[in-house]
Amino acid sequence: MIAAQKAPASARRRLRLPLAGIIGAGIVAFWVLMAIIGPYIAPHDVGALIDNDLFGRMRWGLPLGSDYLGRDVLSRILVGTRYSIGVAAAATFLAILMGGTLGMLAAVSRSAVDMVLSRFFDMLISIPSKMSALVVIAALGSSIPVLIATVAVIYTPGAFRIWRALSVNVNALDFVEVARARGEGTAYLIREEILPNILGPVLTDFGLRFVFAILLLSSLSFLGLGIQPPNADWGSLVRENINGLADGALAVVMPSFAIATLTIGINLVIDNLPGRWSSTGER
Amino acid sequence: MAPVVKVEGLRVTARDGRGQQNVIVNDVSFEVNSGEIIALIGESGSGKTTIALSLMGYARSGTRIAGGKVTFDRREILSLTQRELSSLRGRDIAYVPQSAAASFNPAKPLLKQVIESSQIHRVMAPAEARAKAVSLFRELGLPNPELLGTRFPHQVSGGQLQRLLAAMALVTDPKLIIFDEPTTALDVTTQIEVLRVFKKAIKERGRTAVYVSHDLAVVAQMADRIIVLRDGAIQEVNATQYILTAPKSDYTRTLLAAAEPQARAVTRQASGTAAASVIEVKNIVAGYGARDREGFPAVPILRDVSLAIRPGTTLGVIGESGSGKSTLARVIAGLLPAARGEVQLNGVALPKSAAARTRDQLRRIQIVFQMADTALNPARPIGRILGRPLEFYHGLRGARRARRVAELLEMVRLPATMAERYPGELSGGQKQRINLARALAAEPSLILCDEVTSALDTVVGAAILDLLVELQRELGIAYLFISHDLSTVKAICDEVMILYAGQIMEHGTRGALCQRPLHPYSELLISSVPELRQGWLEGISETVLKEASGGIVRRAGAACSFFERCSLRIPGRCDVEPTPLRRFSKGADIRCQRTETELIELAAQRDANEISGRPEISEPRDFGPGRGAQLIAW
Repeated sequence: MIAAQKAPASARRRLRLPLAGIIGAGIVAFWVLMAIIGPYIAPHDVGALIDNDLFGRMRWGLPLGSDYLGRDVLSRILVGTRYSIGVAAAATFLAILMGGTLGMLAAVSRSAVDMVLSRFFDMLISIPSKMSALVVIAALGSSIPVLIATVAVIYTPGAFRIWRALSVNVNALDFVEVARARGEGTAYLIREEILPNILGPVLTDFGLRFVFAILLLSSLSFLGLGIQPPNADWGSLVRENINGLADGALAVVMPSFAIATLTIGINLVIDNLPGRWSSTGER
Repeated sequence: MAPVVKVEGLRVTARDGRGQQNVIVNDVSFEVNSGEIIALIGESGSGKTTIALSLMGYARSGTRIAGGKVTFDRREILSLTQRELSSLRGRDIAYVPQSAAASFNPAKPLLKQVIESSQIHRVMAPAEARAKAVSLFRELGLPNPELLGTRFPHQVSGGQLQRLLAAMALVTDPKLIIFDEPTTALDVTTQIEVLRVFKKAIKERGRTAVYVSHDLAVVAQMADRIIVLRDGAIQEVNATQYILTAPKSDYTRTLLAAAEPQARAVTRQASGTAAASVIEVKNIVAGYGARDREGFPAVPILRDVSLAIRPGTTLGVIGESGSGKSTLARVIAGLLPAARGEVQLNGVALPKSAAARTRDQLRRIQIVFQMADTALNPARPIGRILGRPLEFYHGLRGARRARRVAELLEMVRLPATMAERYPGELSGGQKQRINLARALAAEPSLILCDEVTSALDTVVGAAILDLLVELQRELGIAYLFISHDLSTVKAICDEVMILYAGQIMEHGTRGALCQRPLHPYSELLISSVPELRQGWLEGISETVLKEASGGIVRRAGAACSFFERCSLRIPGRCDVEPTPLRRFSKGADIRCQRTETELIELAAQRDANEISGRPEISEPRDFGPGRGAQLIAW
């Protein structure tokens, strides 16, 4: 019996990322750093017209060439990082905070609460997201708080559904039942029993939603309803330089490249998280 | 004649989480002769399924057949290509897995799935295959063989599904059939029928079979020879009769001892009768679904159930699956509020729902679930899992809490270092000990044990039972012990209650359940438990077989729910009138229209018929003919 009780020495849980994860983390860290220090290291002012050529080629002093007005593309991307990442991250975070919390609450409370919340979010989800965004922004005018709030509201129902579905599965397990029989309150059930067991898939959801938010913001900017000039997020950079697309101008390629690397980087990190943070779960 | 299967020096390795190769099957060699049923027996992790699968040249993901030779029908299995293996599997070697429900595609009709392998291998025309399947259905004792094939998996019972799996395996007339724990998930009553038709089908065809199981009593009925495995190595190989009567290896003796029921319960003084009950359940009605105007649930699970448990004693609750055993525990714990009736703790009525009970009331009733895997939060270390009830009920924090956690671990015989581990790193038995420790942390007066040993190996389960009994002796806790396994209940319970379709059929002391007269359903349950001797399966009487093959039918009203299956029923009375719960002189309550004397006489008659009808039985049944109320050896 004694021998049976002695399991092999517990393998210490080291947080080791596979190579793909390290690459992803590197990319994300780079862009986060740029979001913070971008405006300070930008070689030129975002609004300054410094090139006589439109869609100028890359050369010394203009490493990524110039845009459709002859402004420095590198500077504009560096400054735009803050808007792209900041607004998208804030909006996604808010969406997850609202949708996730209510989703877990619905799963744990079951019956009436679940019914009311689920139908409410079903109603929200049935409104076409881009249309409602356009209406809201047209009514309130485009500002950063309005953008964040709009995008957050648009992504809340989706987050609610995912979180609720994941929580319902965990909620059916015996350990939640044990906690319930012990007399634990809803807050404890959500915090200690449900949340730690859905972290992996939920982080994947966060990554996806963040990417969607960046794309939605970019498309809003593309329509001229996003960040207002002379500032620009990556989406607006793509839009304003769209005429250069036929020539393969860096002014349109580079912001697109920035969006692509960030989204790929985030997904690489999330797909390769170790242990119970992993999207597949450790069990 | 060459053996059908010859295994030489088989070695299988598995990669663990850190990429290291562990040997899980080491140097296993054996032969299976034509027309023989050979059993692989061992605890979980002994490599029995791995060996069975390697006979088909299959290694589960993460495992690898690292060495050895498997010869099947003069072909070298391990050197065949995937394509050659595919042509072999399902045609020459068939596999019957444990979980029938998970093995059928719920979206396709049964017949199509049963004949699928014959169509893939093109061994016969579709019409011929269908005809063959229908004749197999008939042979396997399936109801309505002509029409069964048009039904879908969810429309038939678990026992029938398991037989359909066997039909699927037999349809191509394979040379070798591998059964992997085919009856483990079934009730004892269902198991009888399935075992019988399996054995008949194999023997009549002269097929060769490998039967994988952890249950020695079942294997004793099925196998000609038994291979005892432990940790991937063979402990003993011998003919079944020798394994049972003259085991050579120590491990086989351990297995036999664990399978042999032994009384563990503390012998207590009769003075306990005066002590007040710790829990009293009065006329509980509970169920699921919408409630009608009188608060009666649409699907009633428990119907008028009452019980009482005195401090430091154990009440066992037995019944087939669907009898309402777990629902009873959930009602007492407040997880499922009862529609009617009352639960009293130390004479005080408890609110129906856990949410409305006080913290102290909650503390006194703890519940331990069957599935140790899902009962522990996988994201929290053991120390925190055990620490929470200490903090919640007793306000312990910091060092005092840590010390108490260590004490609790000590109580369930686990090292204190376990506190840092996560549930995923523990074995099934260890997890169940942690579950128990968590319940103990509350310092309860009553623990509801819901099938706590059912998912464990015999030896591990026996250790848990011993622990339960020791803890009861030390701490004076009362248990409500739910199980579908009579021998487990017999081992640790003072009183036993038999539930059928949510009605109490019999309720009495452990001793009373060993005495005639018994309720017809109790009689059925007792005679359905496989005995550890050869020939038990063949010796089962027709009456038992008939009763065993029926499923639970829920009846509305207060009439007897066992009516459809009962061999002693009185039509026009049992199915119409409310059935009285009578106090019998042996000290048990029995719900039956038949009186005590009637039951004694009928049982005696039945035994007499059985013996005269079966002169071939040499071993005397433990309850002989015409002796009326006497002890049944169980």
